[in-house]
Amino acid sequence: MSFVEYGDTIKDGDTAIVFLGHESMFPVKVQHGSKTQTKYGVIRHSTDLIGKRYGSKVTCSKGGWVFILHPTPELWTMNLPHRTQILYSTDISLITMMLELKPGSIVCESGTGSGSLSHAIIRTVAPTGHLYTVEFHQQRAEKAKEEFQEHKVEHLVTVKNQDVCKNGFGVSNVADAVFLDIPSPWEAIGHANSALKIEGGRICSFSPCIEQVQRTCLAMEEHGFTEINTLEILLRVYNVRTISLQIPDLGKAAEDNSSTGFDSSNQSNQGSLYGILQQGTAQFKSGVPLKEMVGHTGYLTFATKSLF
Amino acid sequence: MAESAKPGLRIREGDCAVLKRDEVFKAVLVLRRRKVIFEKQWFYLDNAIGHIYGTTFEVSSGGSLQPKKKMEETTTETKEAGTDNRNIVDDGKSQKLTHDDIKALKDKGIKGQEIVQQLIENSTTFRGKTEFAQDKYIKKKKKKYEAVITIVKPSTRILSTMYYAREPGKINHLRYDTLAQMLTLGNIRAGNKMIVMETCAGLVLGAIMERMGGYGSVIQMYPGGGPVRAATSCFGFPESFFNTLYEFPLSKVDSLVSGTFSSETLPSEPEYNVPVEEESNGSLDEKQTLIQETEEESSTEAVMESNETEEQETMDLAAEDTEYKESKEKGNKENIREKQRKQQERRRKLVETAALLEEKNADGLIVASRFHPTPLLLSLLEFVAPSRPFVVYCQYKEPLLECYTKLREKGGVINLKLSETWLRNYQVLPDRSHPKLMMSGGGGYLLSGITVTVEKVQSNVSSLEAQKIEEPTSKKRKLQELDC
Repeated sequence: MSFVEYGDTIKDGDTAIVFLGHESMFPVKVQHGSKTQTKYGVIRHSTDLIGKRYGSKVTCSKGGWVFILHPTPELWTMNLPHRTQILYSTDISLITMMLELKPGSIVCESGTGSGSLSHAIIRTVAPTGHLYTVEFHQQRAEKAKEEFQEHKVEHLVTVKNQDVCKNGFGVSNVADAVFLDIPSPWEAIGHANSALKIEGGRICSFSPCIEQVQRTCLAMEEHGFTEINTLEILLRVYNVRTISLQIPDLGKAAEDNSSTGFDSSNQSNQGSLYGILQQGTAQFKSGVPLKEMVGHTGYLTFATKSLF
Repeated sequence: MAESAKPGLRIREGDCAVLKRDEVFKAVLVLRRRKVIFEKQWFYLDNAIGHIYGTTFEVSSGGSLQPKKKMEETTTETKEAGTDNRNIVDDGKSQKLTHDDIKALKDKGIKGQEIVQQLIENSTTFRGKTEFAQDKYIKKKKKKYEAVITIVKPSTRILSTMYYAREPGKINHLRYDTLAQMLTLGNIRAGNKMIVMETCAGLVLGAIMERMGGYGSVIQMYPGGGPVRAATSCFGFPESFFNTLYEFPLSKVDSLVSGTFSSETLPSEPEYNVPVEEESNGSLDEKQTLIQETEEESSTEAVMESNETEEQETMDLAAEDTEYKESKEKGNKENIREKQRKQQERRRKLVETAALLEEKNADGLIVASRFHPTPLLLSLLEFVAPSRPFVVYCQYKEPLLECYTKLREKGGVINLKLSETWLRNYQVLPDRSHPKLMMSGGGGYLLSGITVTVEKVQSNVSSLEAQKIEEPTSKKRKLQELDC
């Protein structure tokens, strides 16, 4: 397996995702002799995992079972250990498309953070592209390097421990795209410009606060970026539920054949509308929104560097 | 080598390029001596050939394009401005230049910038406007009179934005951010073996091909006689990308799943799956007219939307017609041999594609069509390996509710999620930052999930129990609904 290529069977050294149920999963490093505890019991790597097909059901010692999934950047994003606030797949999807990333793209990113976006970028630019990622926090930079190695993608990424606002990305005129998720992105716009290819490229800055966005847009304009565009994207999830609503009893009209009240003969007509299960209820399928949803992650500002 | 090297930098004849003016896009074929109409302007693209993509042009008299130099903005001298609009009366008489005056200026060949300056000087209310209002006024006039066109290289970003704005009916109202979600949720990347079923003019297919960079393979399922790939040809992929693109008729899926597939009966003519370069001149022109016609009244667009498939068929029938007449002149024998050869080739490809599907090891499934998604998903998931993502797009939510339910009953999938994205644009200006007035009301819905290995379930177990068996126990339902 690899984060940039599918494999069929679980191997020693793989990072696999253990799926216990709705919204419940965690990553596991597959190793001969290792054991993993779950609420359904123990999973013995040597017998239960290694050699099994990805997507298989594994029964744990207490009798419950789980599914073992092949890692993807999206599953990784949902399960990685947070060292910082991370970007989720909704924003990542839009960033990937708006920066026009594809196999072969060269991308510069700062800050690396917990590596959520980094993994997604690496997946998209593989096998011939490259990610240059800059992180000013030494331990986070180290951890990122380690993870890339564990996930067998170190050949596609270079991690630099420096301050992008002071020292840039460490490369010049090679990038097709630059991504900034730092406190003061306007201080890095100049460096982003020099990291981008001379013939042009795309840039994106992610900021939670509108004041940051204002400064960044101004800086982009000053450096000659065009097509400056700020937007935000939010995810709405629906739960699929079968709902039963009670039909209210509106009483009976007095002794009338032409009654239009909700009596039993009428009910069967109305029933066909909603699939009445039993007397007095109407049933239907609904996509019910969650009680709470993420209302804001950050503003995404995109722009183009072009020769004109 | 899968991706194209440097050559993609400059505009070449035969390219599919995208014209851009502010937020408006239009895809055109770059051909010499071919009049193009875009945003109420007529011009020729001849002068653009050889320039780098991203160059901005002005339309000069005679319809030729002149590259525009990046000019310094007119200096912001402290202009006279008012404080608010309490005394500004909109009586329609504040602009002293008449419609004819402006036309005369345009005819004289006066540059747009100068016209805007004239308008400002001849406006009685301009000086009284606030700085912000003046700014807004100038922007508005510039937009109208300083017509600059940028020629950009097509990409998923540009084409999906263009289609959503111009011809949403052709892509089932798939908004570009929803497409972006599909590409990521589906883990589309180099090396995958993807199954795609779309009726979005080939836009979704093109987006997938772009993210795969020519590596791996794509099998496109199609309804009717052949796949529509009008949008796919706009991407400008190198020929090699098409070597690993296969197609398979939906009408044969059932037989494939049940094991009774035979290549004897091929779907009826005509064939669409021909890359731009191979088409005869006739249909190229028609395609160009097709692209251009969309500029005109929206009524034509509505008609076009409903006649979509019919039009494609007439287009190709016309092409086939010319083809047929030409070969008739050459001689019937040659014609028959050619037809037979083509049929054999198609049959061979069909068998090859069927074999690829029968391996049942596809790395993912993407569905985005005008058809009800449930039957498509239930049958096409058969060809996907376990632990692989799939994403279904539907313009409407209700079919996906049904799809979700059927998938739960069938089993073999986990992590099902029904979602939509909400997209909002912002105006960012000093002291004037706010979301824009209008936003998209809806961009469609997505149902996504991951396949898992299917357990053989006893036949006497009810579907409800089968459901329970497929899912791990001790799951608490958040809502107390009846699930039947």
